Amino acid sequence: MLLRHTTAEVAERSALSVNPAKTCQPIGAMYAALGLHRCLPHSHGSQGCCAYHRSALTRHYKEPIMAGTSSFTEGSSVFGGQSNLLQALNNMFTLYDPDVVAVHTTCLSETIGDDIPQIVDKANEKGHIPEGKYVIHANTPSYVGSHVTGFANMAKAMVDYLAEPAAMKNECINIVPGWVEPADMREIKRLCWQMGVDVIMFPDTSDVLDAPQTGEYEFYPKGGVTIPELKQTGASSATLALGHTASAPAARALDVKCNVPCEVLDLPIGLAATDRFVDALRRTARVEVPQYLENERGRVVDVITDMHQYFHGKRVALWGDPDQLVSLTEFLVDLDMRPVYIVTGTPGKAFLKRIEKALDGRVPEAKVKQGLGADMFLMHQWIKNEPVDLLIGNTYGKYISRDEDTPLIRHGFPILDRIGHSYFPTVGYGGALRLLEKILDALLSDQDKNSPEESFELVM
Amino acid sequence: METARHNILEGRKDQVHRKGQEPFNMACEKHSLAGSVSQRACVFCGSRVVLYPIADALHLIHGPAGCAAYTWDIRGALSSGPQLHRLSFTTDLRERDVIFGGEKKLYHALVELIDQFQPKAAFVYATCIVGVIGDDVDAVCKRVQEEKSIPVLPVHSEGFKGTKKDGYKAACDAMGRLVGTGDTAGIGPRSLNIMGDFNIAGETWLIKRYYERMGLQVVASFTGDGRIDDLRRAHGAALNVVQCSGSMIHLAKDMKERYGIPFIHVSYFGIEDMSRALYEVAEFFHDQDIVDRTQKLVRDEVSQIMPELNRYREKLMGKRACVYTGGAFKAFSLVRSLRTLGVQTVVVGSQTGSKDDYDLLRKLCDEGTILVDDTNPVELSRFVQEKGADLLIGGVKERPIAYKLGLGFCDHNHERKQVLAGYEGMVNFAREVYSSVCSPVWKLVPGRRTESEASGEAAAPTLLPVARKVS
Repeated sequence: MLLRHTTAEVAERSALSVNPAKTCQPIGAMYAALGLHRCLPHSHGSQGCCAYHRSALTRHYKEPIMAGTSSFTEGSSVFGGQSNLLQALNNMFTLYDPDVVAVHTTCLSETIGDDIPQIVDKANEKGHIPEGKYVIHANTPSYVGSHVTGFANMAKAMVDYLAEPAAMKNECINIVPGWVEPADMREIKRLCWQMGVDVIMFPDTSDVLDAPQTGEYEFYPKGGVTIPELKQTGASSATLALGHTASAPAARALDVKCNVPCEVLDLPIGLAATDRFVDALRRTARVEVPQYLENERGRVVDVITDMHQYFHGKRVALWGDPDQLVSLTEFLVDLDMRPVYIVTGTPGKAFLKRIEKALDGRVPEAKVKQGLGADMFLMHQWIKNEPVDLLIGNTYGKYISRDEDTPLIRHGFPILDRIGHSYFPTVGYGGALRLLEKILDALLSDQDKNSPEESFELVM
Repeated sequence: METARHNILEGRKDQVHRKGQEPFNMACEKHSLAGSVSQRACVFCGSRVVLYPIADALHLIHGPAGCAAYTWDIRGALSSGPQLHRLSFTTDLRERDVIFGGEKKLYHALVELIDQFQPKAAFVYATCIVGVIGDDVDAVCKRVQEEKSIPVLPVHSEGFKGTKKDGYKAACDAMGRLVGTGDTAGIGPRSLNIMGDFNIAGETWLIKRYYERMGLQVVASFTGDGRIDDLRRAHGAALNVVQCSGSMIHLAKDMKERYGIPFIHVSYFGIEDMSRALYEVAEFFHDQDIVDRTQKLVRDEVSQIMPELNRYREKLMGKRACVYTGGAFKAFSLVRSLRTLGVQTVVVGSQTGSKDDYDLLRKLCDEGTILVDDTNPVELSRFVQEKGADLLIGGVKERPIAYKLGLGFCDHNHERKQVLAGYEGMVNFAREVYSSVCSPVWKLVPGRRTESEASGEAAAPTLLPVARKVS
């Protein structure tokens, strides 16, 4: 057993994480920045941070990930990283010709107290930033929040630096999609267009991290929200933020800066959350829900009713990011399943309340843990004490899946050992259908594998 | 094309050399230019990859969760016993700890983990933040070591304190404190330590079997399938056999100084280097029996793999490769191995090569070969296209670039899935290169002509670079 060192006895831990269910802010900022067209993310810190983030994103997306680093030295840690960032900006604009550089900090540069706007001003004075090019930044100390916080901060930086207030509002709606996959972003746009709603989505990693094979290596793939679009967000009539943790800060900043009202919704994963998103679009853009979409929804409900006996009472363990967990939990409860163990390493006050609401009092045995000690080691200990039927979470669940012989549906970040997450959405009605298929595949395959010969069934 | 506009940075000009052009004055071992998309990592990364395979130790990363998350079981360093090294332990420092210091947290974390997991020793990695907030990691380690009666070793791997190479040194320093603390009873004169093999895909096991067939006793492996107790008695061995020039040389030198144990440099990749390694080790012991056994081993192994190797060679003859490795030592072996397969190396570079390394690489390569130090994706893709390479050998960050360009790829780094060392490794390598370079999937790539189109006739091996769209 790979995790033979995991004991069933849960000991109170005061000072550490074992097999963390989170990672640090800068990678989230890097991911968000990749959703900006012709943007070069830049890591202001040691070289390793940038290398690790690029490697982790490469493993998840199987795409080249480009980002610069300030390559801190011992000297920079004493005297500050100003000269590194100045040199870096100069080099990046000269060599890689981005439209925008999105700088994020690291634990190192935060602690020594580098003032990024001041350094960028200096770079401007020195003429390191060519005419018509931009530098934006987000503070992303690794010891605060998690990778999701980093995403939220960089999305907000896009507003802070680029959104322009406009007296006249247009019909357009802004969407902040949250930390979801390129396929999800594409699906959300499709949903909006199908309803006849004009949207600006930021960040938007579709056509960046799911770029087609063209026989050429594109340093800047064609996707991503453009700078003119970001400027226009201030003229939109509303913003819909999907996911409280990842998207609310950007939407609220846009409201404050440009007076664009915002509504913060759950990620549209599962039936009810998608309903709320579609309804919000309908209300905000004053459009009708087309029959086509109604049919799409109807098919999801049809599958749920057809197969409900297989969902009933199944115990599920899930881990990952708060926004995903809230919507997934709600969906599982709607399916009459029992999300009994829920773990996120990402801190944030409202999460426990939201989960409680999603559980709707229907899973009294549910254990939820967040923040310190909320890690995959604890999750495994819970499962050892009382097993589950299904695991839903990132690739790090594969050890538990193997040791406990429990099926795993890969969902979230990172997925290091399968493809599909970049290409098939889990948001919207289409996404719900895919989740249903995955859940049923997992449960029924497990039943096929483990049922005694006499009760092995052909028809299920 | 997008990249055509990008030029080599002025400050990097002397880190690129084309063989044939004079003078040869390769700049290297430089800190990367800020802002270039370097493929390099940090000090912590260096220490982590070297120590990670020690399977019965606790590896606690003192810092925010990220450093632990990104290095959680990413290296396929196999263990025949405990799997403790595959878990990810971190003090998960938060803002409060950054302000008030993380020593207390580190102490409690160590005590709790040692109580729970009963490791043979603990390594405590200092990350960037620890270097800045000034935690006295040494003092905490010392205290816990006394309380728990196991070695608790600080690893000074603050990310910004140099390059990956400095991380190797920090790892060696930590291991150096273990060596000499164990009982050397039962170690004979025909004995050695394997250094600088990390048992990726089981390579250390293979090498160990070779040495055992030669009649030699392997005392300790630094660090593939490594065990603390073996490391502690490693000073009883007669010889240190060092692979991977960067990572272990400090420890080998240290052991020579302290215990008078000589060391030799070897490489286990490719027929030539593998055989040379075994012969050099055999000669060291001045024992005809060992030499005879070695000759037989090499003869048997080589004759066993040659037929299959020749089949691949026929298919690969005239192909061109770009090699980009972490350390330069591996690049030497790869250039030779590729030559064995009829593949010409047209671009070669490393993240951490030294001047001597590049000098040797230059001698090894054909006229016109491009040598690069600490390259970046733009440069690399440009050189690959200019030289019409069919294959890229590199690590995780290079793989998707190769595929986007429609090139074959072979991972010769952490993520290799099968043994590439030794004789059977050479066959695996050939098969992997063949299966990627000659894969029919490249015909699906737009703008890439098929081989028969390029050469004008079907099935004939071609020396022409496969044309790719360049605009």
